[in-house]
Amino acid sequence: MKPSAFEYHLAVSTDEAVGLLAEHDGDAKVIAGGQSLVPLLALRLARVDHLVDINKVPDLQGITANGGLRIGAMTRHREAERSALVRRHAPLLADALTYIGHAAIRNRGTLGGSLAHADPAAELPATLLALDGQVEVRNSRGTRTVAAADLFTGFLTTSLEPDELLTAISLPAWRAGSGWSVQEFARRSGDFAISGAMTVLSTGADGRIDDARIALIGVAPTAVRASAAEQALIGGAPSEELWASVAEAAVADIEPPSDLHGSSAYRKKLTSTLVRRSLAESASRIGAAA
Amino acid sequence: MSRRPVHVKINGVEREGYVEPRKTLVDFIREDLELTGTHVGCEHGVCGACTVLLDGEAVRSCLMFAVQAEGCEIRTIEGMAGPDGQLHPLQEAFRDNHSFQCGFCTPGFMMTAAALLEEGPLSEEDLRHELSGNLCRCTGYQSIVAGVMDAFGRSTPAAGQAADAATEAAR
Ligand SMILES: Cc1cc2nc3c(=O)[nH]c(=O)nc-3n(C[C@H](O)[C@H](O)[C@H](O)COP(=O)(O)OP(=O)(O)OC[C@H]3O[C@@H](n4cnc5c(N)ncnc54)[C@H](O)[C@@H]3O)c2cc1C
Ligand code: FES
Ligand code: FES
Repeated sequence: MKPSAFEYHLAVSTDEAVGLLAEHDGDAKVIAGGQSLVPLLALRLARVDHLVDINKVPDLQGITANGGLRIGAMTRHREAERSALVRRHAPLLADALTYIGHAAIRNRGTLGGSLAHADPAAELPATLLALDGQVEVRNSRGTRTVAAADLFTGFLTTSLEPDELLTAISLPAWRAGSGWSVQEFARRSGDFAISGAMTVLSTGADGRIDDARIALIGVAPTAVRASAAEQALIGGAPSEELWASVAEAAVADIEPPSDLHGSSAYRKKLTSTLVRRSLAESASRIGAAA
Repeated sequence: MSRRPVHVKINGVEREGYVEPRKTLVDFIREDLELTGTHVGCEHGVCGACTVLLDGEAVRSCLMFAVQAEGCEIRTIEGMAGPDGQLHPLQEAFRDNHSFQCGFCTPGFMMTAAALLEEGPLSEEDLRHELSGNLCRCTGYQSIVAGVMDAFGRSTPAAGQAADAATEAAR
Protein backbone atom coordinates (compact mmCIF):
# COMPACT_ATOMS: atom_id res chain seq x y z
CA MET A 1 0.00 0.00 0.00
CA LYS A 2 0.99 3.65 -0.26
CA PRO A 3 1.37 6.07 2.65
CA SER A 4 -1.27 8.76 3.07
CA ALA A 5 -0.27 12.30 2.12
CA PHE A 6 1.87 14.41 4.46
CA GLU A 7 3.84 17.64 4.49
CA TYR A 8 7.60 17.02 4.36
CA HIS A 9 10.08 19.16 6.29
CA LEU A 10 13.83 18.70 5.91
CA ALA A 11 15.47 19.92 9.10
CA VAL A 12 19.11 20.96 8.83
CA SER A 13 19.77 21.57 12.53
CA THR A 14 18.57 20.23 15.86
CA ASP A 15 17.05 23.65 16.60
CA GLU A 16 15.07 23.52 13.41
CA ALA A 17 13.92 19.96 14.07
CA VAL A 18 12.66 20.68 17.59
CA GLY A 19 11.13 23.94 16.32
CA LEU A 20 9.12 22.01 13.73
CA LEU A 21 8.05 19.44 16.32
CA ALA A 22 6.86 22.27 18.60
CA GLU A 23 5.07 24.08 15.79
CA HIS A 24 3.14 20.97 14.75
CA ASP A 25 2.84 19.56 18.25
CA GLY A 26 1.18 16.17 18.12
CA ASP A 27 0.75 16.20 14.33
CA ALA A 28 4.41 15.74 13.40
CA LYS A 29 6.67 12.72 13.46
CA VAL A 30 10.40 12.44 13.06
CA ILE A 31 11.79 10.28 10.27
CA ALA A 32 15.29 8.93 10.86
CA GLY A 33 16.22 5.74 8.94
CA GLY A 34 12.57 5.11 8.09
CA GLN A 35 13.05 1.35 8.48
CA SER A 36 10.23 1.07 11.01
CA LEU A 37 8.22 4.19 10.25
CA VAL A 38 7.89 3.76 6.47
CA PRO A 39 6.48 0.21 6.78
CA LEU A 40 3.95 1.51 9.33
CA LEU A 41 2.98 4.34 6.97
CA ALA A 42 2.87 2.03 3.94
CA LEU A 43 0.63 -0.44 5.75
CA ARG A 44 -1.42 2.53 6.98
CA LEU A 45 -0.97 1.38 10.54
CA ALA A 46 0.19 4.95 11.11
CA ARG A 47 -0.43 8.23 9.34
CA VAL A 48 1.22 11.60 9.83
CA ASP A 49 0.40 15.15 8.80
CA HIS A 50 3.96 16.42 9.05
CA LEU A 51 7.16 14.47 8.64
CA VAL A 52 10.34 16.03 10.03
CA ASP A 53 13.38 14.53 8.32
CA ILE A 54 16.50 14.58 10.55
CA ASN A 55 18.79 12.74 8.10
CA LYS A 56 20.69 15.92 7.23
CA VAL A 57 21.20 17.24 10.77
CA PRO A 58 25.00 17.21 11.31
CA ASP A 59 24.99 17.42 15.12
CA LEU A 60 22.95 14.22 15.42
CA GLN A 61 25.70 12.18 13.74
CA GLY A 62 28.83 10.56 15.04
CA ILE A 63 30.39 8.47 17.76
CA THR A 64 32.71 9.87 20.43
CA ALA A 65 34.51 8.24 23.34
CA ASN A 66 34.38 10.22 26.59
CA GLY A 67 35.27 7.52 29.11
CA GLY A 68 32.08 5.88 27.95
CA LEU A 69 30.54 6.43 24.56
CA ARG A 70 28.29 9.11 23.15
CA ILE A 71 26.51 8.20 19.93
CA GLY A 72 24.46 10.68 17.91
CA ALA A 73 20.85 9.59 17.39
CA MET A 74 21.15 9.65 13.56
CA THR A 75 24.15 7.29 13.59
CA ARG A 76 23.26 4.38 11.35
CA HIS A 77 23.42 0.80 12.62
CA ARG A 78 26.00 0.00 9.96
CA GLU A 79 28.34 2.81 10.97
CA ALA A 80 28.18 1.80 14.63
CA GLU A 81 28.64 -1.86 13.76
CA ARG A 82 31.86 -1.01 11.90
CA SER A 83 33.14 1.44 14.52
CA ALA A 84 36.34 0.52 16.35
CA LEU A 85 35.22 2.79 19.21
CA VAL A 86 32.00 0.82 19.66
CA ARG A 87 33.89 -2.49 19.52
CA ARG A 88 36.33 -1.29 22.19
CA HIS A 89 33.98 0.61 24.50
CA ALA A 90 30.74 -1.34 24.09
CA PRO A 91 31.38 -4.82 22.69
CA LEU A 92 27.86 -5.91 23.67
CA LEU A 93 26.44 -3.18 21.43
CA ALA A 94 28.82 -4.09 18.60
CA ASP A 95 27.56 -7.68 18.70
CA ALA A 96 23.90 -6.72 19.15
CA LEU A 97 23.96 -4.50 16.05
CA THR A 98 24.88 -7.40 13.79
CA TYR A 99 21.61 -9.13 14.68
CA ILE A 100 19.47 -6.25 13.36
CA GLY A 101 17.75 -7.23 10.13
CA HIS A 102 19.88 -7.32 7.02
CA ALA A 103 22.69 -5.08 5.77
CA ALA A 104 20.25 -3.10 3.61
CA ILE A 105 18.19 -2.33 6.74
CA ARG A 106 21.27 -1.45 8.80
CA ASN A 107 22.55 0.87 6.06
CA ARG A 108 19.57 3.16 6.78
CA GLY A 109 18.32 2.34 10.28
CA THR A 110 19.58 4.50 13.14
CA LEU A 111 20.33 3.93 16.81
CA GLY A 112 18.03 6.75 17.88
CA GLY A 113 15.21 5.45 15.68
CA SER A 114 15.47 1.96 17.07
CA LEU A 115 15.32 3.21 20.68
CA ALA A 116 12.47 5.64 19.97
CA HIS A 117 10.54 2.88 18.21
CA ALA A 118 10.94 0.64 21.30
CA ASP A 119 10.09 -2.69 19.73
CA PRO A 120 10.27 -5.31 22.50
CA ALA A 121 11.89 -7.76 20.06
CA ALA A 122 14.52 -5.25 18.92
CA GLU A 123 18.13 -5.53 20.01
CA LEU A 124 18.97 -1.97 20.99
CA PRO A 125 16.43 -1.30 23.76
CA ALA A 126 17.70 -4.44 25.53
CA THR A 127 21.30 -3.36 24.97
CA LEU A 128 20.66 0.09 26.44
CA LEU A 129 19.01 -1.54 29.47
CA ALA A 130 21.80 -4.07 29.93
CA LEU A 131 24.47 -1.37 29.80
CA ASP A 132 22.56 1.07 32.05
CA GLY A 133 22.78 3.66 29.28
CA GLN A 134 20.76 6.80 28.91
CA VAL A 135 19.46 8.99 26.14
CA GLU A 136 19.65 12.73 25.66
CA VAL A 137 16.36 14.29 24.72
CA ARG A 138 15.53 17.78 23.54
CA ASN A 139 12.49 19.90 22.79
CA SER A 140 12.14 23.61 22.12
CA ARG A 141 12.14 24.32 25.86
CA GLY A 142 15.24 22.44 26.91
CA THR A 143 17.11 19.19 27.26
CA ARG A 144 16.93 16.28 29.66
CA THR A 145 18.46 12.85 30.02
CA VAL A 146 16.38 9.73 30.45
CA ALA A 147 17.83 6.55 31.95
CA ALA A 148 17.19 3.34 30.04
CA ALA A 149 15.08 2.05 32.93
CA ASP A 150 12.70 5.04 32.53
CA LEU A 151 12.60 5.11 28.72
CA PHE A 152 10.58 2.07 27.69
CA THR A 153 7.09 2.32 29.08
CA GLY A 154 5.11 -0.17 26.99
CA PHE A 155 4.75 -1.89 23.64
CA LEU A 156 6.29 0.49 21.03
CA THR A 157 6.00 3.25 23.63
CA THR A 158 8.60 5.43 25.33
CA SER A 159 8.46 8.23 27.86
CA LEU A 160 9.38 10.76 25.13
CA GLU A 161 6.81 13.52 24.57
CA PRO A 162 5.54 14.03 21.00
CA ASP A 163 7.59 17.24 20.68
CA GLU A 164 10.80 15.66 21.97
CA LEU A 165 13.73 14.63 19.83
CA LEU A 166 16.10 11.92 20.96
CA THR A 167 19.48 13.50 20.22
CA ALA A 168 22.10 11.06 21.54
CA ILE A 169 22.73 7.84 23.39
CA SER A 170 25.30 7.65 26.14
CA LEU A 171 26.81 4.54 27.57
CA PRO A 172 28.90 4.38 30.75
CA ALA A 173 32.53 3.26 30.59
CA TRP A 174 32.95 -0.43 29.80
CA ARG A 175 34.43 -2.26 32.76
CA ALA A 176 37.66 -3.77 31.50
CA GLY A 177 37.69 -7.55 31.52
CA SER A 178 33.91 -7.99 31.55
CA GLY A 179 32.49 -10.80 29.44
CA TRP A 180 29.46 -10.26 27.22
CA SER A 181 27.20 -12.27 24.97
CA VAL A 182 24.15 -11.88 22.73
CA GLN A 183 22.09 -15.01 22.06
CA GLU A 184 18.99 -15.04 19.88
CA PHE A 185 16.83 -17.47 18.04
CA ALA A 186 15.07 -16.59 14.78
CA ARG A 187 13.73 -18.86 12.06
CA ARG A 188 15.75 -17.07 9.40
CA SER A 189 18.92 -15.07 9.90
CA GLY A 190 18.11 -11.36 10.04
CA ASP A 191 14.53 -11.76 11.21
CA PHE A 192 13.33 -10.35 14.48
CA ALA A 193 14.18 -12.90 17.15
CA ILE A 194 11.47 -15.14 18.60
CA SER A 195 13.30 -14.34 21.81
CA GLY A 196 16.78 -13.43 22.91
CA ALA A 197 19.05 -12.82 25.87
CA MET A 198 22.02 -10.56 26.43
CA THR A 199 24.33 -10.81 29.37
CA VAL A 200 27.38 -9.09 30.81
CA LEU A 201 29.43 -10.66 33.62
CA SER A 202 32.31 -9.28 35.67
CA THR A 203 34.35 -10.96 38.36
CA GLY A 204 36.35 -9.55 41.27
CA ALA A 205 39.91 -10.44 42.27
CA ASP A 206 38.58 -13.58 44.02
CA GLY A 207 37.11 -14.86 40.75
CA ARG A 208 33.55 -14.49 42.03
CA ILE A 209 30.91 -12.63 40.07
CA ASP A 210 30.49 -9.07 41.32
CA ASP A 211 28.38 -7.60 38.53
CA ALA A 212 25.82 -9.27 36.29
CA ARG A 213 23.40 -7.99 33.69
CA ILE A 214 20.71 -10.04 32.01
CA ALA A 215 18.39 -8.40 29.47
CA LEU A 216 15.64 -10.29 27.65
CA ILE A 217 14.05 -9.49 24.32
CA GLY A 218 10.75 -10.57 22.83
CA VAL A 219 9.22 -11.82 26.08
CA ALA A 220 7.27 -8.82 27.40
CA PRO A 221 5.75 -5.55 26.11
CA THR A 222 9.20 -3.96 26.51
CA ALA A 223 12.73 -5.29 26.73
CA VAL A 224 13.33 -6.26 30.39
CA ARG A 225 16.14 -6.85 32.86
CA ALA A 226 15.95 -10.08 34.85
CA SER A 227 16.94 -8.39 38.11
CA ALA A 228 16.28 -11.26 40.52
CA ALA A 229 18.35 -13.62 38.38
CA GLU A 230 21.14 -11.03 38.24
CA GLN A 231 21.15 -10.87 42.05
CA ALA A 232 21.35 -14.65 42.22
CA LEU A 233 24.64 -14.51 40.31
CA ILE A 234 26.40 -12.06 42.63
CA GLY A 235 29.04 -13.78 44.76
CA GLY A 236 28.79 -16.97 42.76
CA ALA A 237 31.69 -18.78 41.14
CA PRO A 238 31.21 -19.37 37.41
CA SER A 239 29.88 -22.88 36.74
CA GLU A 240 27.49 -24.68 34.42
CA GLU A 241 25.21 -25.45 37.39
CA LEU A 242 25.01 -21.77 38.28
CA TRP A 243 24.11 -20.79 34.70
CA ALA A 244 21.41 -23.45 34.58
CA SER A 245 19.76 -22.44 37.84
CA VAL A 246 19.96 -18.73 37.06
CA ALA A 247 18.57 -19.33 33.58
CA GLU A 248 15.50 -20.90 35.19
CA ALA A 249 15.17 -18.00 37.60
CA ALA A 250 15.47 -15.49 34.74
CA VAL A 251 12.23 -16.67 33.16
CA ALA A 252 10.33 -17.44 36.38
CA ASP A 253 8.43 -14.14 36.40
CA ILE A 254 7.88 -13.56 32.69
CA GLU A 255 4.70 -14.28 30.74
CA PRO A 256 5.87 -14.18 27.11
CA PRO A 257 3.34 -13.61 24.34
CA SER A 258 2.01 -16.47 22.20
CA ASP A 259 1.85 -16.01 18.45
CA LEU A 260 2.27 -18.05 15.30
CA HIS A 261 6.03 -18.20 15.88
CA GLY A 262 5.69 -19.91 19.21
CA SER A 263 3.58 -20.39 22.31
CA SER A 264 4.24 -18.62 25.58
CA ALA A 265 5.56 -21.83 27.14
CA TYR A 266 7.89 -22.41 24.19
CA ARG A 267 9.25 -18.87 24.43
CA LYS A 268 9.84 -19.30 28.13
CA LYS A 269 11.82 -22.50 27.60
CA LEU A 270 13.69 -21.02 24.66
CA THR A 271 14.57 -17.87 26.59
CA SER A 272 15.85 -19.89 29.52
CA THR A 273 18.12 -21.87 27.19
CA LEU A 274 19.38 -18.66 25.59
CA VAL A 275 20.13 -17.14 29.01
CA ARG A 276 22.11 -20.23 29.97
CA ARG A 277 24.13 -20.14 26.75
CA SER A 278 24.65 -16.42 27.03
CA LEU A 279 25.95 -16.65 30.59
CA ALA A 280 28.34 -19.43 29.58
CA GLU A 281 29.61 -17.39 26.65
CA SER A 282 29.97 -14.23 28.75
CA ALA A 283 31.92 -16.16 31.37
CA SER A 284 34.23 -17.55 28.70
CA ARG A 285 35.03 -14.01 27.60
CA ILE A 286 35.84 -12.63 31.05
CA GLY A 287 39.31 -11.14 30.87
CA ALA A 288 39.42 -11.40 27.08
CA ALA A 289 39.99 -8.19 25.15
CA ALA A 290 36.88 -6.75 23.50
CA MET B 1 0.20 18.34 -0.57
CA SER B 2 2.73 20.34 -2.52
CA ARG B 3 5.05 18.59 -4.91
CA ARG B 4 8.79 18.98 -4.66
CA PRO B 5 11.61 18.75 -7.16
CA VAL B 6 14.02 15.81 -6.83
CA HIS B 7 17.40 15.56 -8.53
CA VAL B 8 19.32 12.31 -8.63
CA LYS B 9 22.18 10.86 -10.61
CA ILE B 10 20.96 7.44 -11.64
CA ASN B 11 23.27 5.00 -13.41
CA GLY B 12 25.52 7.97 -14.21
CA VAL B 13 22.74 10.11 -15.70
CA GLU B 14 21.41 13.30 -14.06
CA ARG B 15 17.62 13.10 -13.83
CA GLU B 16 14.98 15.18 -12.15
CA GLY B 17 11.39 14.75 -11.20
CA TYR B 18 8.63 16.53 -9.38
CA VAL B 19 6.93 14.42 -6.75
CA GLU B 20 4.54 14.29 -3.83
CA PRO B 21 6.57 13.75 -0.62
CA ARG B 22 4.76 10.48 0.02
CA LYS B 23 6.08 8.91 -3.17
CA THR B 24 8.57 6.19 -2.33
CA LEU B 25 11.92 6.06 -4.06
CA VAL B 26 11.01 2.82 -5.82
CA ASP B 27 7.82 4.32 -7.28
CA PHE B 28 9.81 7.39 -8.37
CA ILE B 29 12.38 5.19 -10.11
CA ARG B 30 9.73 3.08 -11.82
CA GLU B 31 7.01 5.62 -12.62
CA ASP B 32 8.76 8.96 -13.00
CA LEU B 33 12.16 7.85 -14.27
CA GLU B 34 10.60 4.92 -16.16
CA LEU B 35 13.32 2.53 -15.05
CA THR B 36 11.16 -0.51 -14.40
CA GLY B 37 14.04 -2.93 -13.89
CA THR B 38 13.81 -2.31 -10.14
CA HIS B 39 10.89 -4.38 -8.89
CA VAL B 40 8.51 -3.74 -6.07
CA GLY B 41 7.07 -6.59 -4.06
CA CYS B 42 5.98 -6.16 -0.47
CA GLU B 43 6.31 -2.36 -0.19
CA HIS B 44 7.31 -2.69 3.45
CA GLY B 45 10.90 -3.78 3.56
CA VAL B 46 10.73 -7.55 3.89
CA CYS B 47 11.24 -8.98 0.39
CA GLY B 48 14.28 -7.12 -0.95
CA ALA B 49 12.96 -6.92 -4.53
CA CYS B 50 13.39 -3.13 -4.56
CA THR B 51 17.04 -3.09 -3.42
CA VAL B 52 19.15 -0.42 -5.14
CA LEU B 53 22.54 1.11 -4.41
CA LEU B 54 22.20 4.54 -2.83
CA ASP B 55 25.55 6.32 -2.72
CA GLY B 56 27.14 2.89 -3.06
CA GLU B 57 25.19 1.10 -0.32
CA ALA B 58 22.39 -1.40 -0.72
CA VAL B 59 19.08 0.01 0.54
CA ARG B 60 15.40 -0.83 0.23
CA SER B 61 13.99 1.76 -2.16
CA CYS B 62 10.45 1.12 -0.83
CA LEU B 63 11.56 2.33 2.63
CA MET B 64 12.64 5.80 1.52
CA PHE B 65 10.74 8.70 0.10
CA ALA B 66 11.97 10.01 -3.24
CA VAL B 67 12.43 13.49 -1.74
CA GLN B 68 14.99 12.00 0.65
CA ALA B 69 17.17 10.93 -2.27
CA GLU B 70 17.71 14.55 -3.37
CA GLY B 71 21.33 14.89 -4.56
CA CYS B 72 22.08 11.17 -4.23
CA GLU B 73 23.73 8.76 -6.64
CA ILE B 74 21.65 5.70 -7.37
CA ARG B 75 22.56 2.52 -9.19
CA THR B 76 19.92 0.11 -10.42
CA ILE B 77 19.90 -3.08 -12.44
CA GLU B 78 19.86 -0.99 -15.63
CA GLY B 79 23.29 0.34 -14.68
CA MET B 80 24.95 -3.07 -14.35
CA ALA B 81 25.84 -3.84 -17.97
CA GLY B 82 28.37 -1.62 -19.75
CA PRO B 83 27.23 1.04 -22.25
CA ASP B 84 28.12 -1.40 -25.06
CA GLY B 85 25.81 -4.02 -23.58
CA GLN B 86 28.69 -6.02 -22.09
CA LEU B 87 27.17 -7.90 -19.16
CA HIS B 88 28.46 -7.30 -15.65
CA PRO B 89 30.28 -10.37 -14.26
CA LEU B 90 27.39 -10.83 -11.82
CA GLN B 91 24.94 -10.95 -14.71
CA GLU B 92 27.13 -13.47 -16.52
CA ALA B 93 27.45 -15.56 -13.40
CA PHE B 94 23.68 -15.45 -12.81
CA ARG B 95 23.08 -16.53 -16.41
CA ASP B 96 25.63 -19.32 -16.22
CA ASN B 97 24.30 -20.65 -12.91
CA HIS B 98 20.57 -20.41 -13.72
CA SER B 99 20.25 -18.01 -10.78
CA PHE B 100 16.75 -16.96 -11.80
CA GLN B 101 13.56 -18.43 -13.12
CA CYS B 102 10.75 -15.85 -13.31
CA GLY B 103 13.27 -13.09 -12.58
CA PHE B 104 11.08 -11.09 -10.24
CA CYS B 105 13.57 -11.18 -7.38
CA THR B 106 16.64 -10.92 -9.60
CA PRO B 107 17.23 -7.14 -9.65
CA GLY B 108 17.08 -7.08 -5.84
CA PHE B 109 19.45 -10.03 -5.47
CA MET B 110 21.75 -8.55 -8.09
CA MET B 111 22.04 -5.16 -6.35
CA THR B 112 22.46 -6.80 -2.93
CA ALA B 113 25.22 -8.95 -4.42
CA ALA B 114 26.78 -5.96 -6.21
CA ALA B 115 27.30 -4.28 -2.81
CA LEU B 116 28.82 -7.51 -1.44
CA LEU B 117 31.16 -7.78 -4.42
CA GLU B 118 32.56 -4.33 -3.63
CA GLU B 119 33.63 -5.62 -0.22
CA GLY B 120 35.32 -8.77 -1.47
CA PRO B 121 34.66 -12.51 -1.36
CA LEU B 122 32.68 -14.18 1.43
CA SER B 123 32.40 -17.76 2.58
CA GLU B 124 29.28 -19.52 1.34
CA GLU B 125 27.89 -19.54 4.88
CA ASP B 126 28.37 -15.78 5.26
CA LEU B 127 26.91 -15.22 1.81
CA ARG B 128 23.76 -17.14 2.74
CA HIS B 129 23.43 -14.91 5.78
CA GLU B 130 23.87 -11.77 3.66
CA LEU B 131 21.33 -12.90 1.06
CA SER B 132 18.75 -13.91 3.67
CA GLY B 133 17.03 -10.53 3.37
CA ASN B 134 15.95 -11.20 -0.21
CA LEU B 135 13.10 -13.55 -1.03
CA CYS B 136 12.81 -15.78 -4.10
CA ARG B 137 9.71 -17.86 -4.74
CA CYS B 138 11.19 -19.92 -7.59
CA THR B 139 14.76 -21.06 -7.37
CA GLY B 140 15.13 -22.48 -3.87
CA TYR B 141 18.14 -20.13 -3.49
CA GLN B 142 20.82 -22.73 -4.22
CA SER B 143 21.43 -21.44 -7.75
CA ILE B 144 21.49 -17.83 -6.55
CA VAL B 145 24.13 -18.64 -3.94
CA ALA B 146 26.09 -20.51 -6.63
CA GLY B 147 25.81 -17.53 -9.00
CA VAL B 148 27.13 -15.02 -6.48
CA MET B 149 29.92 -17.36 -5.35
CA ASP B 150 30.86 -17.71 -9.01
CA ALA B 151 30.83 -13.93 -9.48
CA PHE B 152 33.28 -13.49 -6.59
CA GLY B 153 35.75 -15.34 -8.79
CA ARG B 154 35.24 -13.16 -11.87
CA SER B 155 36.69 -9.69 -12.43
CA THR B 156 34.53 -6.57 -12.55
CA PRO B 157 34.01 -4.68 -15.85
CA ALA B 158 35.83 -1.69 -14.36
CA ALA B 159 38.83 -3.90 -13.60
CA GLY B 160 38.47 -5.52 -17.02
CA GLN B 161 38.40 -2.18 -18.78
CA ALA B 162 41.44 -1.00 -16.82
CA ALA B 163 43.26 -4.17 -17.83
CA ASP B 164 42.24 -3.63 -21.46
CA ALA B 165 43.49 -0.06 -21.31
CA ALA B 166 46.80 -1.25 -19.83
CA THR B 167 47.20 -3.83 -22.62
CA GLU B 168 46.32 -1.12 -25.13
CA ALA B 169 48.92 1.25 -23.64
CA ALA B 170 51.59 -1.48 -23.62
CA ARG B 171 51.20 -2.07 -27.37
C1 LIG C 1 12.92 -6.22 7.09
C2 LIG C 1 13.26 -5.54 8.38
C3 LIG C 1 13.86 -6.29 9.39
C4 LIG C 1 14.20 -5.69 10.59
N1 LIG C 1 14.77 -6.45 11.55
C5 LIG C 1 15.09 -5.90 12.72
C6 LIG C 1 15.69 -6.69 13.75
O1 LIG C 1 15.95 -7.88 13.58
N2 LIG C 1 15.98 -6.05 14.92
C7 LIG C 1 15.72 -4.72 15.13
O2 LIG C 1 16.01 -4.22 16.20
N3 LIG C 1 15.15 -3.97 14.19
C8 LIG C 1 14.84 -4.52 12.99
N4 LIG C 1 14.26 -3.73 12.04
C9 LIG C 1 13.95 -2.31 12.35
C10 LIG C 1 15.19 -1.42 12.20
O3 LIG C 1 16.10 -1.68 13.21
C11 LIG C 1 14.84 0.06 12.27
O4 LIG C 1 15.93 0.70 11.70
C12 LIG C 1 14.66 0.66 13.63
O5 LIG C 1 13.71 -0.04 14.38
C13 LIG C 1 14.15 2.08 13.52
O6 LIG C 1 15.18 2.95 13.24
P1 LIG C 1 15.01 4.03 12.10
O7 LIG C 1 16.16 4.95 12.19
O8 LIG C 1 14.79 3.35 10.81
O9 LIG C 1 13.71 4.82 12.60
P2 LIG C 1 12.43 5.36 11.84
O10 LIG C 1 11.74 4.25 11.12
O11 LIG C 1 12.80 6.56 11.06
O12 LIG C 1 11.58 5.82 13.08
C14 LIG C 1 11.00 4.87 13.98
C15 LIG C 1 10.20 5.63 15.04
O13 LIG C 1 11.07 6.37 15.90
C16 LIG C 1 10.81 7.77 15.82
N5 LIG C 1 12.13 8.42 15.82
C17 LIG C 1 13.18 8.12 15.00
N6 LIG C 1 14.25 8.84 15.35
C18 LIG C 1 13.88 9.63 16.39
C19 LIG C 1 14.56 10.60 17.18
N7 LIG C 1 15.85 10.89 16.99
N8 LIG C 1 13.87 11.21 18.18
C20 LIG C 1 12.56 10.90 18.40
N9 LIG C 1 11.87 9.99 17.69
C21 LIG C 1 12.52 9.36 16.69
C22 LIG C 1 10.02 7.97 14.56
O14 LIG C 1 9.19 9.10 14.64
C23 LIG C 1 9.24 6.68 14.47
O15 LIG C 1 8.13 6.73 15.30
C24 LIG C 1 13.92 -4.30 10.80
C25 LIG C 1 13.32 -3.55 9.80
C26 LIG C 1 12.98 -4.14 8.59
C27 LIG C 1 12.33 -3.32 7.53
S1 FES D 1 9.35 -4.03 -2.11
FE1 FES D 1 10.92 -3.16 -0.94
S2 FES D 1 11.52 -4.79 0.33
FE2 FES D 1 9.78 -5.61 -0.69
S1 FES E 1 13.26 -16.21 -9.82
FE1 FES E 1 11.16 -16.01 -9.45
S2 FES E 1 11.13 -15.04 -7.51
FE2 FES E 1 13.19 -15.49 -7.77
